Amino acid sequence: MTVTAVPETAAVAPPAPPQRTRRWAARARWGQVVLYSVLIVLAIIYIYPFLVQVATSFKTDAEATADPISLIPSVFSLAAYERLFTRSDFPLWAMNSAIVTISVTLGRVFFVSLAGYALARLRFRGRGVIFALVVAVMAVPSVVLLIPKFLVLNQIGIYNSYVGMILPLLVDAAGVFIMKNFFESIPAAIEEQARIDGAGTFRVFWSVVLPMARPALITIVILSFQGSWNELGHFIVSTQSPELTTLTKGVASLASGQLGQGNQYPLKLAAAAIMTIPVAVMFFIFQKKIMNTAEGALKG
Amino acid sequence: MTAQVSTPRRGRFSGIRRGEGLAGWLFTAPIIVILGVFLFIPVLMALWVSFSDWSGRGSPLSPSVGFVGLDNYAAVTTGGGLPERNFGIALRNNAWYVLLVVPLQTILALFLATLVNRAILRGRGFFRTAFYFPSVTSSVAITVLWLFLFSTTGVINEVLSWVGINGPNWFADPRGIVHVALGGVGVRKGPEALTGGGFLGISWWEWLAGPSIAMSAFILMAIFTTSGTMMLLFIAALQNVGVELGEAGMMDGATGWQRFWHITLPQLRPTLFTVLTLGLIGGWQVFDQIYTGTQGGPAKTTVTPAYLTYQAAFINQDWGQGAAIAFILFLIIIFFAALQRWALRDRPVSKRRARQYQVKGKTS
Repeated sequence: MTVTAVPETAAVAPPAPPQRTRRWAARARWGQVVLYSVLIVLAIIYIYPFLVQVATSFKTDAEATADPISLIPSVFSLAAYERLFTRSDFPLWAMNSAIVTISVTLGRVFFVSLAGYALARLRFRGRGVIFALVVAVMAVPSVVLLIPKFLVLNQIGIYNSYVGMILPLLVDAAGVFIMKNFFESIPAAIEEQARIDGAGTFRVFWSVVLPMARPALITIVILSFQGSWNELGHFIVSTQSPELTTLTKGVASLASGQLGQGNQYPLKLAAAAIMTIPVAVMFFIFQKKIMNTAEGALKG
Repeated sequence: MTAQVSTPRRGRFSGIRRGEGLAGWLFTAPIIVILGVFLFIPVLMALWVSFSDWSGRGSPLSPSVGFVGLDNYAAVTTGGGLPERNFGIALRNNAWYVLLVVPLQTILALFLATLVNRAILRGRGFFRTAFYFPSVTSSVAITVLWLFLFSTTGVINEVLSWVGINGPNWFADPRGIVHVALGGVGVRKGPEALTGGGFLGISWWEWLAGPSIAMSAFILMAIFTTSGTMMLLFIAALQNVGVELGEAGMMDGATGWQRFWHITLPQLRPTLFTVLTLGLIGGWQVFDQIYTGTQGGPAKTTVTPAYLTYQAAFINQDWGQGAAIAFILFLIIIFFAALQRWALRDRPVSKRRARQYQVKGKTS
């Protein structure tokens, strides 16, 4: 619109510099319009699926098939949620996921920071070897470990138990790495002071260093919460009993149509939507932190 | 590392550093034990299973289990039977997946990062959040959503119908997209040269089929879910790129594209390396989606090596073969990570290149 106006006014007023700046401005404005249009279209592509998911979970089965795209159900139906909560094992799955996720997160924060501190600060023989092993472990792809994990869990008799679900997830090499990096960035003088005051190593770690590590600890909490809540492979190979089914396993079985006939899209999408809520809440609370996490991880 | 420099060296058991050795071991003991028991020992055990004829009953370490050497590896690579063909198909499927996902997600992530990284952009936070959100949701939940979006009567086909395209039944369509495209121009059968020979039990013509339409839906899903994470990595890197060089380029009359290609991109090299490596490693590990979505169907066109290890061991009870496939997959991943490292290594600037940058006349 503005662009078409430019040549006309330019023809009337020939001086070169204003014409150039004006054309420059017009082009910049067009650039802005294009930029925002592209961004908005992309954002719609990224967000719309989730909106459709929530909308569909309130539709009837028939409407989900007949009109998949609308965001407002013509008949608002809670049938899918009612079914999930009253006539399926969904609450049990959610409870299992919560138990495992909370245990894993608490345990991981403790063990990983303990090890990170030792590797960053304590001088002891074998430290270099341990660190090298931790780094090497990071390179082992998790799908390669499906069979190995089953073999060991079975062998030591914790297959099909919470212990078997939780213990192997307690350690995360990337977490050790993050904590080690963080502790190295804290000035050593602070600990020396505490030591001179007579604090033992654990005391220094627990009451002096750990409280300072809050930003790194939040990172670990986010990563392990997200990781263990979304974990599927490990639970497939470590459990069999229906009582120990987690949300990921349960919803995966729903996807392949275990609750009966028909597509049942509202039911499946409702299950998937509820499953997303905890990580979404976590995401929005720690959003700023998460956005910086990736940046920090890269710099580290 | 820095701690060692800043603290003066003392005798091992003197002064305030007394007892550190013991504390160090105690502090790292939990992770050593857990990593050892749930990672190191399992890998050794699986390695043994891959060389054995263990049938899944009893302990794989019991004396009744026999050592069969490389038989399991041979069965899936040169056996000539169904295991070899299955492995070939899985490799084919996953190779196409990686070939398409890795470059596309990298380009898209870089594109998003450059769009969002503008200082004057209003609503930066909103756009970043929108692009990153799919990355935090679980692969199971996303797969369920994808099954709906790409169903016959789903959103994607609805949108396609607006422009007059009759969308396929995505997750039930085993046709390879390259074959579909060739079929569009009338080529329905491969030439003798391609259908005659083959590798791992499938003909060259089948290798070149492209990802099936079902797999293409998974490919789109991977791009959708991972581009956000990689965008964050690129944003971080872009913020470290100094503006001075870009401004200098602008003074020299470089266009926006030239500045991006010759000034920004070379500085993003380390991040590019990270993103490509993460993409490659992740790309060869496709499992959750297949388990949740298609279980390898239709016509095995979404079977991946990762899913095949699970299927061979846990469903068909062929543990030796499952373990063997897992180790081959491990080698594949290591190979590609190493290849990546080699291809993107820091090369010394060639003489011809270096000359271009030299100031003519006097040297400063």
